[in-house]
Amino acid sequence: MTDNFLDYQLMTEDQQSLVDMIHEFMSKEMPQELVEKNDREGHFSMDVAKKLGEMGFYAMDVPEQYGGAGFDCVTICLIREALGYYCGGFANSFVGQSFGYKPLLLAGTEEQKMEYGQRLANGEFWATALTEPQGGSDAVNTRTKAVKDGDDYIINGNKCFVTNGGISNLYTVSAVTGETNLRGEGISLFIVERDFPGVSMGKHEDKMGIRASNTTELTLQDVRVPAKNLIGPVNTGYQTMMKMLARTRPTGCAPALGIARRAIDLAIDYSRQRITFGKPIGKHQGIQFKLADMAIRLQTARNQMIYNATLVDQGVYDTVVGSITKAYASEAAFQICVDAQQIFAGYGYSKEYPLEKLVRDARIYSIFEGPNEVQRWIIGNRLVGKIKK
Amino acid sequence: MSIFADYKNLWVFIETYKGKARSVGLELLNPGKELARQMGESMVAVILGDDNQENIAAAFAYGADEVISVEGPEFAHYNTEAYTYAMEKLVEKYKPSTMLIGATIYGRDFGPRLACRLKTGLTADCTALSIDEESGNMAWTRPAFGGNLMATILCPNTRPQIGTVRPGVFKKVEADSAHKGNVIKEAISVPQDIIKTRLVESIQEISGEIIKLEDAEIIVSGGRGLGRPENFSYVRELAEALGAAVGASRAAVDAGWIPHAHQVGQTGKTVGPKIYIACGISGAIQHLAGMGGSDCIVAINKDPEAPIFSVADYGIVGDLFEILPVMAAEIKKLKNA
Amino acid sequence: MNILVCVKQVPDTMEIKIDPVTNTLIRDGVPSIVNPFDSYALELAARIKDETGGKITVVCMGPKQAEAALKECLAVGGDKAYLVTDRAFGGSDTLATSYILSCTVQYLEELSGEKFDIIFCGKQAIDGDTGQVGSEMAEHIGLPQITCIQDIKVEGDKIVVRQEMDEGYNVLETKLPAVVSVTKTPYEPRYPTVKAKLAANRAQITHITTAELTNLTVERTGLKGSPTKVKKTFTPQRKGGGTIIQEDAPADSAVKLVALMSGAALI
Repeated sequence: MTDNFLDYQLMTEDQQSLVDMIHEFMSKEMPQELVEKNDREGHFSMDVAKKLGEMGFYAMDVPEQYGGAGFDCVTICLIREALGYYCGGFANSFVGQSFGYKPLLLAGTEEQKMEYGQRLANGEFWATALTEPQGGSDAVNTRTKAVKDGDDYIINGNKCFVTNGGISNLYTVSAVTGETNLRGEGISLFIVERDFPGVSMGKHEDKMGIRASNTTELTLQDVRVPAKNLIGPVNTGYQTMMKMLARTRPTGCAPALGIARRAIDLAIDYSRQRITFGKPIGKHQGIQFKLADMAIRLQTARNQMIYNATLVDQGVYDTVVGSITKAYASEAAFQICVDAQQIFAGYGYSKEYPLEKLVRDARIYSIFEGPNEVQRWIIGNRLVGKIKK
Repeated sequence: MSIFADYKNLWVFIETYKGKARSVGLELLNPGKELARQMGESMVAVILGDDNQENIAAAFAYGADEVISVEGPEFAHYNTEAYTYAMEKLVEKYKPSTMLIGATIYGRDFGPRLACRLKTGLTADCTALSIDEESGNMAWTRPAFGGNLMATILCPNTRPQIGTVRPGVFKKVEADSAHKGNVIKEAISVPQDIIKTRLVESIQEISGEIIKLEDAEIIVSGGRGLGRPENFSYVRELAEALGAAVGASRAAVDAGWIPHAHQVGQTGKTVGPKIYIACGISGAIQHLAGMGGSDCIVAINKDPEAPIFSVADYGIVGDLFEILPVMAAEIKKLKNA
Repeated sequence: MNILVCVKQVPDTMEIKIDPVTNTLIRDGVPSIVNPFDSYALELAARIKDETGGKITVVCMGPKQAEAALKECLAVGGDKAYLVTDRAFGGSDTLATSYILSCTVQYLEELSGEKFDIIFCGKQAIDGDTGQVGSEMAEHIGLPQITCIQDIKVEGDKIVVRQEMDEGYNVLETKLPAVVSVTKTPYEPRYPTVKAKLAANRAQITHITTAELTNLTVERTGLKGSPTKVKKTFTPQRKGGGTIIQEDAPADSAVKLVALMSGAALI
């Protein structure tokens, strides 16, 4: 238990230790000067990531028996939130290190889980390449094609917005292998190695926010991939992805809550110091109400996230609960940052203060991993349910 | 106190380095004299070394009533075993009531080893010395908790009472080369088999052009407010104009902006210059512990709430990058006038 | 290498504030940490263990809450930890403390049947600031000591160390076993690994009390065994009352300051 009600009060001793380790490490290894430098240059601090990984934070999504850290979902959320407190961009790339492994947990063979788990524990990065220029959530529009050729597949296509595209050794690539339909059949998932001939990275995205996170295009030109690199049976890739996403929703938005918490802490600090009309602005009700709304949003978003994560840890994977988490937490985090920026007023708009970066970083969470419109569609659809004709 | 009737005299250990007496031992002859007088006793300087002739003269010049000198090649350079052995023999023979040792690295190595061997009390790193009115014992005052708290310690039940005293707190008296006294030459030879530690080499790192902090009359110090290591140039420019030494806060040293040898503070050096100019230093207690004894403290900081202003004689609230160059220019003008 | 590291749990004196009204220390809410110099000592010990193998025992004299400090040490290289704790030890000065710890060393060596090769201490505790316990332990046990070391290398049956000096540094060597005290090292204390940290959380810290230390004479501990006595404590006086210059233009402030100082015949 801590004495700050904004902290999550139900952490176990182990969880508290892990979160404390993140804070101790990041406050030393990623000071604000480095955060700002990485943001300006769009650079991911791989050296910092390596140290953090070697402490035991690599392969967070990989179960212990396959060589990973073996943290449960709630613990991963708490760790990711702590990372987000320091830099959303760094956090996004770091936590994405083992992201491409997750479909293996659902559909991979034991050999695959073991072999690739070990590689992640050793610090290799594994990106997920699903989105294409013309199709994101609309998976039916996938154009990357994998054509069978003997025991291999030849893959051709373009992927964009690949998180960690430029720093990964492994990619999970979705490709059309059969007749595609609205149920998402006909798509398969492949494990592609960076050094397979024909694999190349495109430009690094010049993003509005999370600029310290590495994001590139991926081009596959006649890339020969052995059939053993399929994740699960052929043509089941889309379902695997959807099932996987249902389990990753809570962890996905966790860094956003760390960004939001940083914004709140800065806003509180500022409210105590900045004096207008004869008193600290924190004594004006208007500011107090704003801060209160920010705290309400943070706590409710986190509670939803932990609830979702707890269900996942208990084996309950509900897409809709995940969509609620994603939609709510992303918008709550962004609103908190915008409100904090407003409290800073002019200084919140200046690059010499940390607020504007927090707003830019928080913005992405409503967009990626399925924009919030898609999330609302999923929720609304389920609520109304099937109507008999 | 009557049980200690056979313990008398206040001893000041004159630490030497490369044959020359360190300033601290000579500084301690100053308070030592007054304390001995109050106790109705004599002040004896004790010197261990290879050739003590010059240092004996210095001890008398700075106030010693008497000198005990032990000479031998085994004392040419500080060695825990040799010095503790010799001092134990001297204490057994002469039974001093009090001993002052400079709180240098060697002093703080030597003091506890000796005190433990003599089964007596040692008070470390003292910044004030007096006689306890009630009991007549030495009252040793020293900082604790990083300088946040002062404690006054007594050693009522054992003898000698020993204290290591911080260098730079007391000033040497005016040297009087005419002052002489009795020299007791003690022949003590340390058995080879008790020497366990060997000095392989002693490396000097501070280049000659940097004025030693402890002896400097004026010090210009830089802290976190400088922002970048390159900005120590502002500090050096002003130091040059003043003929001053360059110091630093722990924050600047920890950040790797300047070597540890320049650090002033609780875990750095204690200085007591005529003028101490703190630039971009907030004034944490640990830093004040190292320079609080300066005659005149000047602080330049853009934060009006910085604790350094509570101890400064003169303070400027403002941007040091604009202030320091102007100060340097004004001082050069004065010097050329 | 059989290594012993002596540590102390201290309040983080960088965080201590003085109550402006009562002029006393505000200790509430000040986090307890492993004494920073002890962390450097443990780091040097861990580096030796990395290179030559061996075992690190960590020992701390303190109240039960000091177990947290011992657990932190287990997470960064310590293999076994002991808390030396007994009401009788309360009020011990450095002579008494070093006596207790030297009895503990003897006890642990008899327990394991192995002598310690190197005993590490931190240069000083940032609360007591005396820097005496290490040297006094060495004297009690009868071992050579080297204080204020910044680095250490094991060469066969001896150690070569770098000792901090005002002017630069010394290189010294001594035969093992020996006691060393450690100042700031060029190596930052390592971060714990997740595995070590979680294992340390579960570790059981063995207590050593007067019951175990049958070789110890209780009269030589606690207040009774302490030749130094605290007469009083007080907070240092603030000077206060200086001249603050804050002209509109910083350059004007600078000129005014130099004029004032020259007027006061300071420069």
